[in-house]
Amino acid sequence: MIHLEYILIISAIMMFAGVYGFLTRKSTLAILLSIELMLNSTDINFAAFNRMLYPDGHEGYFFALFSIAISAAESAIAIAIMINIYRMLKDISVGKLEKMKW
Amino acid sequence: MNFLSLFVLIPLLMLLGLWLARGLKGVRTVMVIGSSALLLLAAWLTVTFLSDRAAGLDAEMLYTASFTWFEPLHIKYSVGVDGISVAMLLLSSIIVFTGTFASWQLKPLTKEYFLWFTLLSLGVFGFFISVDMFMMFMFYEIALIPMYLLIGVWGSGKKEYAAMKLTLMLMGGSAFLMCGIFGIFYGAGGQTMNVVDIANHTGGAHPIDFAQQCIWFPLTFIGFGVLGALFPFHTWSPDGHASAPTAVSMLHAGVLMKLGGYGCFRIAMYLMPEATNELGWIFLILTGISVVYGAFSACVQTDLKYINAYSSVSHCGLVLFAILMVNQTAATGAVLQMLSHGLMTALFFALIGMIYGRTHTRDIRELNGLMRIMPFLSVCYVIAGLANLGLPGLSGFVAEMTIFVGSFQNADTFHRVLTIAACTSIVITAVYILRLVGKILYGTCTNEHHLKLTDATWDERLSVICLIVAVAGLGLAPLWVSNMVSGGVAPIIEHIGHGVSSCNPFI
Amino acid sequence: MEYTILILLLPFLSFLLLGIAGKWFSHRAAGLIGTCCLAVVTILSYMTAYDFFTMPRTAEGVIEAMPPVVNFTWLPFFAEGLKFEMGILLDPISVMMLIVISTVSFMVHIYSFGYMHGERGFQRYYAFLSLFTMSMLGLVVATNIFQMYLFWELVGVSSYLLIGFYYTSPAAIAASKKAFIVTRFADMFFLIGILIYGYYCGTFSFDFAGEARGFAAGGFMLPTALLLMFIGGAGKSAMFPLHIWLPDAMEGPTPVSALIHAATMVVAGVFQIARLFPLWIQYAPDTLHIVAWVGAFTAFYAASVACVQSDIKRVLAFSTISQIAFMMVALGVCTEITTGHEHPGSLGYMASMFHLFTHAMFKALLFLGAGCIIHAVHSNEMSAMGGLRKYMPITHITFLIACLAISGIPPFSGFFSKDEILTACFAYSPAMGWIMTAIAGMTAFYMFRLYYGIFWGTENKQLHAEHTPHEAPLTMTVPLMVLALITIFCGWALNFGSYVSADGRDYQIHLDWSVAGTSIVVAIVAIALATFIYARDKQPVADKLASQFSSLHKWAYHRFYMDEVYQFITHRIIFAHISKPIAWFDRHVVDGFFNFLAWGTNALGFEIRGLQSGSVQKYAFVFLLGALLLLFIMII
Repeated sequence: MIHLEYILIISAIMMFAGVYGFLTRKSTLAILLSIELMLNSTDINFAAFNRMLYPDGHEGYFFALFSIAISAAESAIAIAIMINIYRMLKDISVGKLEKMKW
Repeated sequence: MNFLSLFVLIPLLMLLGLWLARGLKGVRTVMVIGSSALLLLAAWLTVTFLSDRAAGLDAEMLYTASFTWFEPLHIKYSVGVDGISVAMLLLSSIIVFTGTFASWQLKPLTKEYFLWFTLLSLGVFGFFISVDMFMMFMFYEIALIPMYLLIGVWGSGKKEYAAMKLTLMLMGGSAFLMCGIFGIFYGAGGQTMNVVDIANHTGGAHPIDFAQQCIWFPLTFIGFGVLGALFPFHTWSPDGHASAPTAVSMLHAGVLMKLGGYGCFRIAMYLMPEATNELGWIFLILTGISVVYGAFSACVQTDLKYINAYSSVSHCGLVLFAILMVNQTAATGAVLQMLSHGLMTALFFALIGMIYGRTHTRDIRELNGLMRIMPFLSVCYVIAGLANLGLPGLSGFVAEMTIFVGSFQNADTFHRVLTIAACTSIVITAVYILRLVGKILYGTCTNEHHLKLTDATWDERLSVICLIVAVAGLGLAPLWVSNMVSGGVAPIIEHIGHGVSSCNPFI
Repeated sequence: MEYTILILLLPFLSFLLLGIAGKWFSHRAAGLIGTCCLAVVTILSYMTAYDFFTMPRTAEGVIEAMPPVVNFTWLPFFAEGLKFEMGILLDPISVMMLIVISTVSFMVHIYSFGYMHGERGFQRYYAFLSLFTMSMLGLVVATNIFQMYLFWELVGVSSYLLIGFYYTSPAAIAASKKAFIVTRFADMFFLIGILIYGYYCGTFSFDFAGEARGFAAGGFMLPTALLLMFIGGAGKSAMFPLHIWLPDAMEGPTPVSALIHAATMVVAGVFQIARLFPLWIQYAPDTLHIVAWVGAFTAFYAASVACVQSDIKRVLAFSTISQIAFMMVALGVCTEITTGHEHPGSLGYMASMFHLFTHAMFKALLFLGAGCIIHAVHSNEMSAMGGLRKYMPITHITFLIACLAISGIPPFSGFFSKDEILTACFAYSPAMGWIMTAIAGMTAFYMFRLYYGIFWGTENKQLHAEHTPHEAPLTMTVPLMVLALITIFCGWALNFGSYVSADGRDYQIHLDWSVAGTSIVVAIVAIALATFIYARDKQPVADKLASQFSSLHKWAYHRFYMDEVYQFITHRIIFAHISKPIAWFDRHVVDGFFNFLAWGTNALGFEIRGLQSGSVQKYAFVFLLGALLLLFIMII
């Protein structure tokens, strides 16, 4: 039997790995990856809570599915922006993106 | 529908027409038709007003109408006119009409220019027909914003700086003003925004506490005073006027600065009589300084527009000076001075614009002997100058004499000394006007580029002649204007009454 | 006498017509329009005078002022009783002034045909002349002090425009500016005087007998008001120290000098005091004597300067100042309104008006004569003249007549009026009488110095060979002859005192031979002295005197440096130490404050913009820290 705690520990590790990555990485692609990591950790939580605590309902699964769909769309847009930025600046690190600032 | 609203509707239609107009010709057609319609409307209003007053309609405001606009704050679209506003509407329509012709040949972005110009005049007309404080404030703001673009885009010299400075200072003024207006609104019970109702304690308004008045009066007076070039808030005027295009200077100095005096009188003083009597002396000193200080500053300027701008500070100072004297003669004189200064300053700015358009310089050290080269413009310039220094037969004399006689009726030493100080401005005015005229018009022209210049074109002539006729008309037959205006002034002065300030150390 | 309104309207219409449409008229047409209007005005003025003086007198033999012919409210002041009226008041002095102004103006109009022939701006010239005539006529018939002030300003402006007629000449521009500003400065006091007067007396009207709030009510305010008004009058009438504009005003065309700066406008100050005379004499007799002493000093000052000037128009200008000062003195020495005995206290009033009348005629004659001379030799300097009597006989004779008149030689008109003034002065105090007699002697001296310098003395052969002087055309000599005739006859043929006197009664002028004899002797001695010094070709005495008293001569020649004093005050003090600092203060302190405000807001914005870095990672870090902090707080 796999306890809920194990899954939560995994997702917490994923979550904080994502947070750490989001805060420290300079490349926008890596930041995006970190965001995906955080999103996925919540997806795992949704699925796990549904499975373990409320086996009769399906809301958790649906929520996870929505979240996956949205994150997919979001990554598509984000990657499109990044490609454009790369075309303009030949670089996608966040420190260099100051063209539209003040 | 009340016919006063036509003053707002016509500019709205003009905006629509301008938007749809194709090409320069279309734009000009719309402007000419619209501004002539406004002029005719104002003339007709004057005639109707005078005949109705003669027929015995003696309500404070005539042709009133009111529609609820925003119920929770009791904001109403209320219109109505008395003698003062009729005079101001007439002035505005003359300036808009002549301003149209003065910017006849303005080149880049003509359509957009006239769009903003019309929006500006919409604000001005709306302000003068409103009797609701909030509507007045709104129209005031409508008149301010186009100024930024008109100066910033079509101006000359340091135009961005000037536009920014002018707009920011006037906006600063309106911040004070808005506090003041809401203060008055809630101070009077929060039931009505109508000026007449608040003053007469009808329509749910009750008298404003004296302590509150002493807060709101300075706020409102400074708010409007910034626009009326009250010392020390006048410094937008030289820079703004110097950079603005011709017709904008005309409209701004001719009409917009009058909004200040009108507002001070109609809102600040009318609604807060006790505070006026108590605190008026502070502003009286400031305006007294304006009068003399503006005139002295004008003496040493070298830019034609700066001279005129400082002279405006001095003359508009006289307007505020006179209304603060709180008696019927002086206040009538103040309104006459608004009319007179509006007309002659517009004339001045029109002529300066025309001269600048030809010589491309406004530095009086580089101009000389223009009389031989452009006789028409030069003669008109002399006439404008003579009107400015108060030559009898032109409008300045009438206004100044009424003000001085009125001011002198306040018998205490404080008012006397200030009046005599203000009298000195008529000498200083003569100094800077004659210096200017002698320098740029007389003598022989030494700049060979100027020798080939031409005299005024027909549109310029039309604009200038209209203004001169108006200036001379007011100067030769002041009786009817004076009577009309004093009819409007009387209830306000009576309402303010006469009280001796308890905190004036000079009495 | 409703037709009197035409006297004002006609010149005004002529001004409008010539001013607006002048450039489409030929010179001749424009001149004719102006002159014809003036001819009609002159006829109407004489008619008015005839009608007025033939009206029946009251039982006491007083000529009463007519109730105003026209009087309407032009501008209401809403204070009690104060209103700005326009109207026509006929009384002895205004009717007398109508005659003076219309006559001289008419002569000048005719004269200008010749003098201004072919000048650029001929139409403009006639337009301005019409404007001036209208304003001056309006001034004298004013029914109230404010109407007087209005026209007072208008004559100032027409004088400005006419002095600056040759607007390309720098001297003319400066002179016109100076004339306007100096008189304007004086007018400011006039205005303040009017305001005080209006406030305390409750009326602006000249109807002193009317039910006013009480002239005595103001205590010392009424004399103050009158004194302030006198300062205004002193500005127009060129009393010391406000005289500095008049000599410079000679830059204008000479006929203008004759009309405005000799005969009519400059006596406006005298007229003003005469107009308010009942108030002066009743409420401010002591203040009135200030007028006398100012006048006496001015008369002396101007006469002494006139003795050394070399520009003939300047000499005439200073002589005008001196003569106007005589009129002022005559008014100032009055002590009471009485008639009937030998030397009534108000004799000076009549004498002053009489002198105003005769002076207008002979001074206009002198100026017009000077105009002929300048026309002939194209210079104002005496050095370009000399020996002109051969070339210009008519000018010579008429000029001589005028010189005799101003010197006070009988039977020319000046003798009679000056004698009355001297009699009044002696009645006031012997000191004043002797001072004025001495100044009258100086007058004779400098006028004959001028006369000999122009018509006798060394001829400037070199200049005259290039350009032979010739007699002026008929349009110019006829006015000379007319004025000369008036000068010869009006002194003894006209019983002036029966028309104009302080209380309106018939006053028979009779010569006091002790005074008249002295003044004749003094005049003859002065003329003889002038003849001795200046009549010959070489002038050893004059040169010697000039070198002997070289510093005095230099000071007098530079008019005792009064202009320099003014120059110093206006440029060094007012411009440099008031206007410039104010302008600097405005730009740097007041405006600087607002610029500082704007700069401060901007700088603050720059300082705190680091908080909004736009870097999401930083925001997230702060967010995370915040979240942890909150968590920490909640746990504790």
